[in-house]
Amino acid sequence: MTEPPRTADGYGSSALADPRLSRRLGIVLLGVVIAVPLLASAGLLDGDLVDARSLAASGRFLAGFWPPAHDLPFLARVLDAAWSTIAIATAGLAVALLVGAPLGALAAEALSRRRRGRYDDARVTLVRLPIRALLIVLRGVPELVWALLLVRLVGLGPSAGVAAVALTGTGLVGKAFAEILDATAREPAGALLDNGASATGALLFGALPAGAPDLLSYTAYRWECAVRTSAVLGFVGAGGLGQEIDLALRQFDGSRVATLLLALVLLVALADRASTGVRRTLERDG
Amino acid sequence: MSESLPPRPRPSIAQRCLPIGVLAFVAACVLSLELSFAALFDPGAGLQLAAFLGGFLPPTHDLPFLRTLGHATLETFAMSLVGTALAAAVALPLAALLARPPHRIAARRTRAVPTDLLRAAGRLGLIALRSVPELVWAALLLVAVGVGPASGTLALSLHSSGVLARLQAEALENLDPAPAEALRLNGASALGTFLHGTLPLAAPRLLSWTLYRWESNVRAAALLGLVGAGGLGQSLHVSFSLFRLHDAAAIVLAMLALIAGVDALSFRLRRSLMR
Repeated sequence: MTEPPRTADGYGSSALADPRLSRRLGIVLLGVVIAVPLLASAGLLDGDLVDARSLAASGRFLAGFWPPAHDLPFLARVLDAAWSTIAIATAGLAVALLVGAPLGALAAEALSRRRRGRYDDARVTLVRLPIRALLIVLRGVPELVWALLLVRLVGLGPSAGVAAVALTGTGLVGKAFAEILDATAREPAGALLDNGASATGALLFGALPAGAPDLLSYTAYRWECAVRTSAVLGFVGAGGLGQEIDLALRQFDGSRVATLLLALVLLVALADRASTGVRRTLERDG
Repeated sequence: MSESLPPRPRPSIAQRCLPIGVLAFVAACVLSLELSFAALFDPGAGLQLAAFLGGFLPPTHDLPFLRTLGHATLETFAMSLVGTALAAAVALPLAALLARPPHRIAARRTRAVPTDLLRAAGRLGLIALRSVPELVWAALLLVAVGVGPASGTLALSLHSSGVLARLQAEALENLDPAPAEALRLNGASALGTFLHGTLPLAAPRLLSWTLYRWESNVRAAALLGLVGAGGLGQSLHVSFSLFRLHDAAAIVLAMLALIAGVDALSFRLRRSLMR
């Protein structure tokens, strides 16, 4: 590029002309052509998006937010729902760990004797691949969809929520544990395997001690995510705060919605704090 | 040899108590819920379960259904894309105002405290935006804009703008301040400094965060319909309510395909950005 000629204001007007003007205009035009059908499809170009009646209704609804409902029986119910949200997340994650952690260890390559040329047996790969496929299916289906299905199997209530968190959680935990073991425990576990340890021995004395910090901190993070999820599972009937919010919304009860939203925000913040606190405690040395 | 090893680290009291506390907490959680999986373990339940799960196969694949499915998939895709774009449009100015990025450093030297107060208030607002999940935003917005994709799109953009503004503000704060300071100290306006000093430097990271939001928004968009906010989730809800399990299976497959497609697209875009 050549230096633009200097003038009194510092730069000549030729420097102000955008050399790629036509190109930029073309991109903008293309953007508009793409955006219009997208906006229409996303429902934002409907003429009756905001009409006076729905505005008035939402105004009344919002006005009901203050004061938030604070009668004692209702507060007790909110507390109960908040606890069951946490309990669903914790119980679901506990099951996910019990099932997912062994599956993750089985799926990890760090513990494979075949990979280290020690053990020439195709059966091992035959185990690993189906487990990986199972984990992909489990975590591919979101908790809400599992819950939708499970509510039909075990009925409305927390059981469906626990099972939903457990199913997606197993897939996520299994994958993450396999990845963590492969990333941090390849060398210690490999050294044990090379010297004749069994896969179980290599897991217990090589892989687990090396991978423990990451495994635990991932578990704490997963719990935080499970709390966020179980807070909305109630919208499909799986118990907890979500169910109460759904109910209050159906009754257009603004003041209850306000209290429940506050409880939700507090709960998520609390879970955030607790999980960070646990991770800090684990990271501190001695 | 053992003498040369450092002493074994002693766990702190908190670390000693943690396992017991966690186990007690888990036990309390499990016991307090009235869980009943009896329906799954009844003697006759095995057959019933098999029949139920068998009801999903084969996924519906006749042409009229596939056409509506394609429409719903497109709607979900549009919701995620428009929701993300709106969030990005809202989040960037907010991030620029709320961050303490280099383009504001010079200005801060001359200005007084109130900006800090405003900034703290703004950050609190962002926390409120992002701590309400998309699904709850959608359910709230149904009152204002009615059933359909519009409430889903707006819900995505509300939640995402809270998340994105925070991520982008952090990205702006972590930039090398030198280029922006050079402009600012030589008399460029705050806006000019941001547009020509900060933004070009930050653009790859900002776009990368936006792509990440798009990926999580398409997952959320697929589910928002469960509360009536359009897209695949709404079809799924309807087909489950009517016990049309063949249809439900096809819809779940469409969801998975859409999510995988958006992931692949976003991966491509991100790689071309980073080059």
